[in-house]
Amino acid sequence: MSELPGDLLYTSEHEWLRREDDGNVTIGVTDHAQAALGDLVYVELPELGQDVESGGDMAVVESVKAASDVYAPIDGIVVAVNEDLADDPERINADPYGDGWIVKLQPSGDIDEGALLTPVAYQTLLDEEDA
Amino acid sequence: MSTLIFEKSRQGRRAFAQAPAAMADVDWPEHLLRQDRPRLPEASELQVVRHYTRLSQKNFSIDTNFYPLGSCTMKYNPRACNSLALLPGFAGRHPLGPVSHGQGFLQCMYELQEMLKAVTGMVGVSLTPMAGAQGELSGVAMIRAYHVAHGESERDEIIVPDAAHGTNPATATMCGCVVREVPTNGEGDIDQAALKAVVGPKTAGIMLTNPSTLGVFERDIITVERIVRGAGGLLYYDGANLNAICGKVRPGDMGFDVIHMNLHKTFSTPHGGGGPGSGAIGVGERLLPYMPIPIVTAKEADGKTIYDWLTEHDMPQSIGRLSGFMGNAGVLLRAYVYMRMVGRDGMRRIAEYATLNANYLQARLRDAGFELAYPNRRASHEFIITLKHEAKELQLTAMDVAKALLDRNYHAPTTYFPLLVPECLLIEPTETESKETLDNFVAAMVEIAREARENGTSFKEAPYKMPVRRLDDVKAARQLDLKYRPEDA
Repeated sequence: MSELPGDLLYTSEHEWLRREDDGNVTIGVTDHAQAALGDLVYVELPELGQDVESGGDMAVVESVKAASDVYAPIDGIVVAVNEDLADDPERINADPYGDGWIVKLQPSGDIDEGALLTPVAYQTLLDEEDA
Repeated sequence: MSTLIFEKSRQGRRAFAQAPAAMADVDWPEHLLRQDRPRLPEASELQVVRHYTRLSQKNFSIDTNFYPLGSCTMKYNPRACNSLALLPGFAGRHPLGPVSHGQGFLQCMYELQEMLKAVTGMVGVSLTPMAGAQGELSGVAMIRAYHVAHGESERDEIIVPDAAHGTNPATATMCGCVVREVPTNGEGDIDQAALKAVVGPKTAGIMLTNPSTLGVFERDIITVERIVRGAGGLLYYDGANLNAICGKVRPGDMGFDVIHMNLHKTFSTPHGGGGPGSGAIGVGERLLPYMPIPIVTAKEADGKTIYDWLTEHDMPQSIGRLSGFMGNAGVLLRAYVYMRMVGRDGMRRIAEYATLNANYLQARLRDAGFELAYPNRRASHEFIITLKHEAKELQLTAMDVAKALLDRNYHAPTTYFPLLVPECLLIEPTETESKETLDNFVAAMVEIAREARENGTSFKEAPYKMPVRRLDDVKAARQLDLKYRPEDA
């Protein structure tokens, strides 16, 4: 059973979002995603100031098994990236919801929460994939 | 680990039997002469023989064991292909020699082009690409060249299904195109609604692997063709899995514009470890002017057939040359000999037995309790089992089974690919294996699963009997260190 914090929003692409007090959104991949990928060996991060579009590629996480795109869950501008991941990609494996965060976005408009998954809805998705 | 040949080196030790014949005494200019001795190992003939024989014994090869590596078509390479390709007239031919000195070789290449046209249903073939990846690159480059020549340079989107070979999106990106991925449905066919949603005025084409890496034939191939063609896109056929269909159906008849063929897979030339390979391409009418050069042509003169090269002069719209000469001549010759030996009827039997063997193995493993990824589909030349239940209940992962198989003298199937299926093994037995071999493989699989289930045996430490034990692939990726430094020796 993978860990699933109740105060986050999720996507069907196995990303999580946290709405910060300053209006920005922190994004990472879920515990389920890091477990499925296995030990990560490389993370490609976007440029600061880069415009991202919901559904477009934003970063790449690479394990010994596979390289996977991380998609932007919302429209926004990259305001911070987790530089520590360059030398230490395994932070995502060790702490996917904390030290393993990947990108902070400044949303370009209102966030459509209806397009995102609640913890309960994401858990349902995982259960279905597991069946 | 064994010592390197450099570590066996002792100054002045020689293997006289291999010494080159005396060189003519040339008065080289002083500045062209090297000042230091080359750092080559110095060893006796016996040392060299033992060193390389031992290394070869560590190799897990098709010559020693069953090698069901999915999507790689590790079938038997007949010895005759080797010996005929090494005839002195071929081996001694210089690629810069005049064409009149290589008519025999050129005739073989011309006939190989013709045979590949017949097998694929295409109207033109170029043997130039040196490997599958270069064949793909040529294919997409031709599609781009076609759109540019037709005043539609804005068409730069290549559609790639998620069940395609991983090289497909890489190829499209290398050609400066944008990749649009379309998903596969639960039965392994392309999601047609998703395909309709991505095609449009920017569509350059689709790259389709068929049968796909899911080991199933795309049943809606004609509809896919209509959707892409209707949007003005061209169709690229990744022929890496041609072994499943050769002699049965032809990509040209399905309406495809270009196919690359891995001669080193389907037409049985030794491969693995990165080559040499051959990614010959076949094209339909639309892409004929853009083929990579050189291509072999035949002309009639004085009642005789003369073979020659088509070059930039003959094909001004060609995407160009891909190497100094023309593909890997030795690989092309082996493929030629293989096709001549197999013949037209044999071509069909390749696909029939490759498919029969895969379906037999699939049914036996299913009956033995392994879960098929696509239980409702007939396998093509390969199929997928998923060990997700074993991984969860017994902590027996696909990697553990792969390593345990090595200890039982079977090369592991392809693991964790395609990515769509969790804990998967992609298994391709090929047509050259006997029923006994397939039965023994099933027995090994059953034994591994039973050991884990009944005795709680862990295979986390496997393999036990190989020259090296379980490798730390994470450390290898993060801290790769392969450098040999003579000063450390």
